Amino acid sequence: MNSSFVLSSATFIYGLATVFYIGSFAFKKKVLAKAGFFILCTGFVFNTAGIGLRWVESYQMGYGHAPFSNMYESLVFFSWTMAALFIFVELKYKEQGFGVFISPLIFLAIAYASFDPGISSKINPLIPALKSNWLIAHVITCFLGYAGFAVAFGFSIIYFVKPAQPAKGAISARLPSWEVIDELTYQMVVFGFLFLTIGIITGAVWANSAWGKYWSWDPKETWSLITWFVYAIFLHLRLMRGWHSRNLALVSIVGFVAVLFTYFGVNFLLSGLHSYG
Amino acid sequence: MKNKDTIPRQIWEFFCSVKLTVYTLVLLAVTSIIGTVVLQNGTPRQYIDLYGQGVYNLIKVFHIDDMYHAWWFLFLLVLLCINIVVCSVERLSLIWKIIFPKQIRFNPDRFLQGKTKQTFVADQDPDLVAAVCEKWLSKQVGPVHRQKDDSTRIMYAEKGRWTRLGVFVVHASVILLLLGALIGAVFGFKANVRIDEGEQTRTVFTAKTREPVHLDFVIQCNEFEVKFYDTGAPEEFRSNLTIIEDGDKTLTTDIRVNHPLRYKGINIFQSSYGTASPGAAVVTVADNSTGQEITRTLQVGETIPLPEDAGSFQLQGFLPHFDFRGRNLGEAFFGKVNLKGKQEFQIGLPLQFPTFDKMRKGRFSFFVKEFEKKYYTGLQVTKDPGVWYVYAGFVLMILGCWVTFFMSYQSFLIALNPMDGGGTRIHLAGRTNRSAQNLKLKLARMATHLENQFKKG
Repeated sequence: MNSSFVLSSATFIYGLATVFYIGSFAFKKKVLAKAGFFILCTGFVFNTAGIGLRWVESYQMGYGHAPFSNMYESLVFFSWTMAALFIFVELKYKEQGFGVFISPLIFLAIAYASFDPGISSKINPLIPALKSNWLIAHVITCFLGYAGFAVAFGFSIIYFVKPAQPAKGAISARLPSWEVIDELTYQMVVFGFLFLTIGIITGAVWANSAWGKYWSWDPKETWSLITWFVYAIFLHLRLMRGWHSRNLALVSIVGFVAVLFTYFGVNFLLSGLHSYG
Repeated sequence: MKNKDTIPRQIWEFFCSVKLTVYTLVLLAVTSIIGTVVLQNGTPRQYIDLYGQGVYNLIKVFHIDDMYHAWWFLFLLVLLCINIVVCSVERLSLIWKIIFPKQIRFNPDRFLQGKTKQTFVADQDPDLVAAVCEKWLSKQVGPVHRQKDDSTRIMYAEKGRWTRLGVFVVHASVILLLLGALIGAVFGFKANVRIDEGEQTRTVFTAKTREPVHLDFVIQCNEFEVKFYDTGAPEEFRSNLTIIEDGDKTLTTDIRVNHPLRYKGINIFQSSYGTASPGAAVVTVADNSTGQEITRTLQVGETIPLPEDAGSFQLQGFLPHFDFRGRNLGEAFFGKVNLKGKQEFQIGLPLQFPTFDKMRKGRFSFFVKEFEKKYYTGLQVTKDPGVWYVYAGFVLMILGCWVTFFMSYQSFLIALNPMDGGGTRIHLAGRTNRSAQNLKLKLARMATHLENQFKKG
């Protein structure tokens, strides 16, 4: 058994969990959501094992590095952080209605890694710039940040699916109330903001030891700063200007678009120092 | 006296509005995009080729070719700083008394009328219940303040009042970061230099303006080495450097990417490498009419006569990338051939293609038999006295965010009413400045815990 097989399994299991969540939403069956959660947790176990195995394999190949060094590995890890955060939130808040909005994101990230022919799943040795202890800290914190924003995005979408006072028996009536979503979105943005901040900072300290500049307005850096600005705006609007619900959810959605551009757009459309993921 | 509308007051109000913060952040976010899309620090030629003369004029006017240092972008940053300072002063002066009160006061009604109140009943009498509650509250929260209204006993405890300072720490850290960046820009430099193996220098050149900067010591490159993986990808770039100060070799060390040398406030980073221009080459001249060959070591710039007094050849120099009709033939020497009675012409001698010059089909053909290959190491040399302010800003920002978002000022109140016929009614309520949802859950847990204690007896 190798890591690719385990990670492909994780992809299919996440896909299955998504199907169950959508089924639960469409047919108003709570038991399907319960099953979906169980399946998703299984996928998470495979995802974890796959990352661990890949780490071991890179040592067996003689390269010996953490599996955070290219687009494929970062996407797999992105799924992992989103799944971890989602499982945590679901266990803590015991709300089962929102899995239908989060599980597709978890599935899409890892599926994109597996199925896009442009993304190589080969384990490659590290180039000199990536050989640093900062690699692990930087990647983990950035992706925890991205995961926070992704889950917040999933919650924000609910505002546009569910009216404030849904009719009894409507599909959306089973979704969490606006009050709960508002709180959860905020919690996720705060989590993401803290980790994005740490991610940018670890990146800056690393850049200073690799290139002698803690900030060089590289497109990746600039876009992560833009993302940081958007969520700073979110926090100020909520805490200082009393914004809530749909208006604020729009800011969270704009923020997630900035996250996506920071993650994918910069690599595919712009050039810079950060070509590896 | 109403002095709200004086002009200084109006200016002050303008700068302490959160609206201004939001607009400034929006402007910073939106304009920052420009620099990631439009080429930065390019040459005029590049801009005209990419966008045309008209757009280039526009780029020049608004300094978009270096927009993160343009006056209007710096103006936005300064505006943000003023906004942060004014807001912080204003708010801190308002809540200073709340954070550091002379005496802790509380209003029981505000707790007991709140939504968070949990009520339950114990069989024990109020004195016993009060003793248990007080012990428990002081252990869970902090020092307990007592109060008695009529027959109601009230106990109050709080924690985390100081966490209200967290948000000011975050904002101070932004100022500190920008201050550090300013110090670095004014008192530091970013420069680079190429040193051939075996050579030394004390002068480096700033990255932007190529102005020379003289260091207090000499950097000597003893050796450069590049290692590759089996896949052909680079594994390691390593330079062995010696620092020479006043003629003394004070330090010899290796630097690699991610492992720079820091020496007396100057940082030296491995940033690039290449083949150094060699000073000499072993050149073979073949006389194709006689089959005669001569091989000689030539210094760059040296001229030798060709056999039978036919003319002369001068070895002129070295090219890391020889461009021949649009194709890159790699490393090559080039020279000048002067044949009697003919116009002189230049030839290229690519090292990978020894027969290249033969294809010219002249009487004489030349090729470079060997040369002493040396590398140069490309070093980034920086001085940044502001970096410690920036790092201090980083630490404060993380700590401040943690305190602001994950810690809160929480106060708890327990009210005890004796019931007719024995027993005590217990009200537990709390207030917080953040995440009311979490407090609600916490209060429910606390209530269950207390209730169980009394049930057990």
